[in-house]
Amino acid sequence: MIKSNSGIRKTDVINRRMFIIGTAKILVFVGIIARLFSLQINENKKYLTLSDKNRIREWKLPPTRGNIVDYFGNVIAGNLKVYQLHIIPEQVENFNYLLVRLKNLLNLSDKKIAKINKLKAELKPWDSIIVSENLSWGQFVKINNYLYDLVGVKPVMTISRNYPFNDVYTHVLGYVSQPNEQEILNNQIIQERFVPGMKIGKLGLEKRLENHLIGTNAIQRYEVNAYGKRINQLEHQKGQQGSQIRLTVDTEIQKACGELLNEKAGSISVMDIYTGDIIALYSSPSYDPNLFLFGISQDEWQLIRNNPLKPLINKTLSGLYSPGSTIKPIVALSALENNVIDTKFKVKCTGKMELYGQTFHCWKEKGHGWVSLKNAMKQSCDTYFYEVARLLGVDRLNVTAEKFGLGKKVLGNYFDNEKKGLFPNTKWKKNNLGKGWVLGETLITGIGQGYIQSTPLQLCMMTAQIANGGYAIKPKIIVDNNPISYEDAKQSMESGLLFDTNSDSLLDKKLFKDKKNIKIVQEAMFSSTNERFGTSYKSRIDDPKYQFAGKTGTAQVKRISKRERELDLELEQIPYKDRDHALYVAYGPYINPRYALSIIVEHGGSGSKAAAPIAKKLFKLIIDRHDLRNKQSNFERITI
Amino acid sequence: MFQHNRLNNELTLLQKIKNLDYILLISVLLLSAISVFVMYSTDGGEILFHTKNHFVKLTVFFPLMIFIAFFNIKFWHNFSYIIYIIVILLLIYVSFFGIKASGSQRWMDVYLFVLQPSELMKIAIIMCLAKYYHRLKIENVNSFTSITIVLSIILIPTIFVVSQPDLGTSILIALSGLIILWLGGVKVKYFIYSFITFLISLPFIISFLKPYQKLRILTFLDPDRDPLGAGYQIIQSKIAIGSGGLDGKGFLKGTQSYLDFLPEKHTDFIFTLFSEEFGFVGSVGLLILYSIIIFRIIRIGSISRSNFARLFCFGYAFAIFIYIVVNLSMVLGLLPIVGSPLPIMSYGGSSMLATMIGFGIVLSAKINHKQMIA
Repeated sequence: MIKSNSGIRKTDVINRRMFIIGTAKILVFVGIIARLFSLQINENKKYLTLSDKNRIREWKLPPTRGNIVDYFGNVIAGNLKVYQLHIIPEQVENFNYLLVRLKNLLNLSDKKIAKINKLKAELKPWDSIIVSENLSWGQFVKINNYLYDLVGVKPVMTISRNYPFNDVYTHVLGYVSQPNEQEILNNQIIQERFVPGMKIGKLGLEKRLENHLIGTNAIQRYEVNAYGKRINQLEHQKGQQGSQIRLTVDTEIQKACGELLNEKAGSISVMDIYTGDIIALYSSPSYDPNLFLFGISQDEWQLIRNNPLKPLINKTLSGLYSPGSTIKPIVALSALENNVIDTKFKVKCTGKMELYGQTFHCWKEKGHGWVSLKNAMKQSCDTYFYEVARLLGVDRLNVTAEKFGLGKKVLGNYFDNEKKGLFPNTKWKKNNLGKGWVLGETLITGIGQGYIQSTPLQLCMMTAQIANGGYAIKPKIIVDNNPISYEDAKQSMESGLLFDTNSDSLLDKKLFKDKKNIKIVQEAMFSSTNERFGTSYKSRIDDPKYQFAGKTGTAQVKRISKRERELDLELEQIPYKDRDHALYVAYGPYINPRYALSIIVEHGGSGSKAAAPIAKKLFKLIIDRHDLRNKQSNFERITI
Repeated sequence: MFQHNRLNNELTLLQKIKNLDYILLISVLLLSAISVFVMYSTDGGEILFHTKNHFVKLTVFFPLMIFIAFFNIKFWHNFSYIIYIIVILLLIYVSFFGIKASGSQRWMDVYLFVLQPSELMKIAIIMCLAKYYHRLKIENVNSFTSITIVLSIILIPTIFVVSQPDLGTSILIALSGLIILWLGGVKVKYFIYSFITFLISLPFIISFLKPYQKLRILTFLDPDRDPLGAGYQIIQSKIAIGSGGLDGKGFLKGTQSYLDFLPEKHTDFIFTLFSEEFGFVGSVGLLILYSIIIFRIIRIGSISRSNFARLFCFGYAFAIFIYIVVNLSMVLGLLPIVGSPLPIMSYGGSSMLATMIGFGIVLSAKINHKQMIA
């Protein structure tokens, strides 16, 4: 009985203690349910977001660059479909076999094979290896034919920059290529949109207009697993192509410039004298920017880099030359404006001029005899301009020259390789060389030698501003939103109205004191080309439709010694490096002028022989295309 | 007298089958079925290694449970000490000749599968202590000798398991043992005193922990201190559960598990996957199912005539409860990560075997609930 009593007591204890535990259990379970509730109901949104962040990953695709078109809408920098070949290593059954097959099909080099193997070791097995960035159509078809045998190979179609006119626009457009680290860091937009394989502008307008041209990334959303492997695609968001940029240039004329300067070092600049539109800007020799798209080969690069004619230099903007006799219209204008000379003023040229025991030679040894402004300009008499420069002084000449755009950048910030050149004055020499100005230096400045340095585009603008009657223009190469037509520009200039929306008054645009003086200089330039004994008489066109006025120039590269002067060597007998640069500036047609140009042939010899004949060939084309251009601008205005 | 005689006679097989607890049986069966489907989901919606093995183990261990149930509870009472000693011997064997894996030595190869004796100890300790208290006079419960013996019974296997090392299982073994002490009637103040002593010596205990165990505790306190390293498991686990929402992402649609963000999703973190796919509703449903099982075990204990059966059932119900609480608290970020499986749901043969043996003895207690044990 005692035992059973104890058993009952024990059972009571067990039951009582079980009850306490049971209550505790219920409380704990309620606690766990509360925790579940807080995670799954209260914080559900937060954890759903985290879960999506885990599993969804975005891939940016390279943006499509905007096109660059010429004035007529022809694409000069576009985009091309290219065929690429990718390998996805994890899908490949036998990697070595595949490489052998591809090597035979595509003629891959051993170096390339080694590179692929290296990439394979570095990348994750599901990351694709780009075997070829640019397959030819033939190769692409071949790969597709054998695709059944090439497991793990993926032919991909993508878009790449393309320059359809090859070397015609290289110095204007520049080119695109893979950015380096510095370039990515320096540009916020590139940094945001960068993806491997993307190309950015490296030079020229491609670089300057990067932020307009770049476009936005297409975005692909993928579901990925914990190891970052793509499982499936969820969404594809299209990117926006970069803005289209329309230039003022004319591809036909630009192409002609290239042909005319073929195998020569030099440049041609052509400008609308009223709107400032740059019609052509060609630097020779050029090179094919398409070479840079997929990485230029070392051999090709060395060929371009070591070419003695220096294709890498944009000679229109960065080439600095003594203007030689092409400066003479400005010297004459400055003297007229300052009332130093008039049309009757005459100088006797004996072939040389003595000053403080120093001899200054005219190009014609025998001399020109008594010459007036018109004859001096026509025959490019140096003695006359020595005397005029002496009377004028370099400081007054400098004022006129700078007014017409010498010593200043023409296109402002558009090209970071543009040089501003130099037009000296006494103050400049004092400040920069620490020496006083010497009168002899004034004389040689009067014939465009000495310290004076100018770019071909500056000479072109200078000529354009003489041609349009002496009004300032603002040269441009990009068509803006509200382009001013040729007629409007001309009319407003001549009628005294404002011709530029953001300019102040016409007074500021007027570069002369007396319009008569401009006319005198224009006539002198006309005679230089169209009258007998004119330096470019041989290159004239008699048809008034195409008739142009110009001024030759021959810029010495080195000082001519007495011995050399006596020898009077032929061009071919002088080493290439020592030959004179040939220059020519001109505008036309003479009646109702429309365009100005400057031509420089480096080491071409005399301007009349090497440069002026090019102008003759070019002017016909330029004038012929004028109507087309005019129509284009009208058409454009209607659509806007 | 007649009644007494009848009870002493063995029940016929038919009577045994009739006396089985069908609510418990169906609940366990239902839980098993759910576990197979969840395992199928961890395999990414295919019948692969884990699903197959889990299913095979269930088809072996479930009948084993019923087989055990058909033995008289008296039989289990009689063999309790021997079973305890056998498991202790297995633990000793394992500590010398056991299979090493991921830094600990706790398994032995028994041809059909790899056995983890520490899992069996979870049941053996309950049996052993239930028998001890069944036989102990109530007056002696709080005697120095009995408490010393009881604590030794708990401490010996715990020390073996800790040294494997397997902190999670050793804590569960100790807790399973302590609950019998509680139920047996050991004074409340002893529990309070030793709890206070434990708290005071906690810093001392922590200094004895292995570096990875310390890291787990630190990670528990602040999972974001190393989100890709030590904190990864708990962060991903919480994301999976939290993103499940009210009704879950749907069967086979748990992105966290499908895309491999969940660690150990077959074993300790199985609830995470379940909760991601079936949401709050499913999780509470699973808890209710477990509650039914626990309640049925307690009920069987309370109708048992013998204190051995009663103590075993109450103790085992508490053990199941503790396994669930420790596992869920761990995946819900309420406790540091200690390896502890979710009964039946988690992949793992030894854990399932132990659980099924436990259910078998409970069912035996049910069949023979009128059985007196002297």
